Amino acid sequence: MIIADKPQKNSELPQEIKVKEQPRIVTKLSQKAKSSNVVQQKTKVKAEALSFYYGPTRALTDISFDIIANEVTALIGPSGCGKTTFLRIINRMNDLILGSRVEGKVSIDGKDIYESSVDVVELRRRVGLVFQQPNPFPKSIYENVAYGPRIHGIKKRAILDEIVEKSLTQAALWDEVKDRLKEFGLSLSGGQQQRLCIARVLAVRPEIILMDEPTSALDPVATQRIEDLIRTLASDYTIIIVTHNMQQAARISDTTAFFLLGELVEWGKTSQIFTRPRDSKTEEYITGRFG
Amino acid sequence: MLTKEENHHRRNVSEKFAFLSLRLSLFLVMFILGVILYDITAKGIGVLSWDFITKMPKTGMTEGGIFPAIVGTLYVTVLAALLAVPLGVASAIFLNEYATQGKITRLIRISLRNLAGVPSIVFGLFGVALFVQIMGFRASLLAAGLTLGLLTLPVTVTAAEEALKTVPKSFREGGLALGATKWQMIRTLVLPPAFPGMLTGVILGLARAAGETAPILFTGAAFFLPFLPNSPFSQFMALPYHLFIMATQHHNISAVRPIAYGTAFVLLAMVFLLNLGAIILRYRYRKRFQR
Repeated sequence: MIIADKPQKNSELPQEIKVKEQPRIVTKLSQKAKSSNVVQQKTKVKAEALSFYYGPTRALTDISFDIIANEVTALIGPSGCGKTTFLRIINRMNDLILGSRVEGKVSIDGKDIYESSVDVVELRRRVGLVFQQPNPFPKSIYENVAYGPRIHGIKKRAILDEIVEKSLTQAALWDEVKDRLKEFGLSLSGGQQQRLCIARVLAVRPEIILMDEPTSALDPVATQRIEDLIRTLASDYTIIIVTHNMQQAARISDTTAFFLLGELVEWGKTSQIFTRPRDSKTEEYITGRFG
Repeated sequence: MLTKEENHHRRNVSEKFAFLSLRLSLFLVMFILGVILYDITAKGIGVLSWDFITKMPKTGMTEGGIFPAIVGTLYVTVLAALLAVPLGVASAIFLNEYATQGKITRLIRISLRNLAGVPSIVFGLFGVALFVQIMGFRASLLAAGLTLGLLTLPVTVTAAEEALKTVPKSFREGGLALGATKWQMIRTLVLPPAFPGMLTGVILGLARAAGETAPILFTGAAFFLPFLPNSPFSQFMALPYHLFIMATQHHNISAVRPIAYGTAFVLLAMVFLLNLGAIILRYRYRKRFQR
């Protein structure tokens, strides 16, 4: 089934869609709820009174938010609401932006990641990032995946071979590329390239995987494969995904957070956010009345 | 008031006029270049022989070959490259990747652009002051090579920086997000794709330097030396300087005119080969990275 990428802007349509889709979402979520009863819930990433500035402009205001380990957390909200900014704070990619500034606290496993003693390079190994546009390096498929392990000092061919195969298998790409590992990463299709980028992140054994609208450049079939992959990976990794696609958030996430104008309006179980949002702005957004 | 047809007609005429004058300008440029090339080739190619390019000049340079001038030009060009390439590329990397962009980097870039336009005789005099006198190299291959290196340096830095700028941000971010240090990222993801562009810039810069007379005039080029330089501190003969002598300073200018044309032809051929090399290298690398 193919679902429209953008929320419908027409004022009559959303009601219909909502009615049609609710049962499906609920069944999916109830299955997830069962499994999460078994696993003990543990906070992996914690933001406390977090504000972020690009120079004088404040992009995030007083965000407090717990991200649970081994769950998929979706960040939703209209363009420019700060969800990507929040994502990039978690692996400190925003450090690269001149004049940016963080206030408040972000911690992973209880450790403040903006403390001066934190090794940013090691932090980024633990917190992988998958970009909006697939960005394979101008290298072979093999070298793309082996890139991370290599820069972290793994030189033995046998070990690299093993990591490459395992990561590509995990990213559900191995069968498609096993006979052409020497080919250029850019020779793959867009969806394959994105799975290659996911494999590349998996190869450095991260604990958290950040995804910045990973399917926005992909067609529906490729999107479906990535979504399946995200669900599978959630058992081993903590996944935080920014998405513009509400249905996607509903399909794949356990927790959803709704950002608006740099503020975190509401966060909670995806089932609750999509069926009984507490804030009227959340409801308006998810039913497609704006955004 | 013009009627619609008249207006249309007018615009058509001015369009044709603009197109014609642009086209004529190009033809004029090509024509002048063609005449120069034809004149030198027609008059120079007759003198060309194996002996001409492998033998020493003799009997007051009215007979014999130009071998020492060819070798001298090769030597100074290589020396210039040894100074300009490492220093230029390293500066470009620092300027583009590490330096905080702001007023100072802008000032440096403007200075580099201006330095690239400084007349070569000024570089020649600077070379005399610095290398010949202060550093005590006397008039020598080393002093002349370093002077040519300085002349090439601004062009090299600018070209190398332009090449670095063509590397997409997504490669850099992808590398950093995998936990690469900045230098690892630059070495493995930025320099390889930037390499062909840098190489082209460097070769074009050196090709220009190889044909310069003014910078070597006071720093080491000799009027007549019927032997090859045997150390970096020897004086040497060089093609452009030889040409200058043969065309204006020789005691029997009309007798050595054919040799002057032959020298011009060889110099032109060397510069052409260098440029051709740059084009071929760029083409091959572009193919490698654009698959």
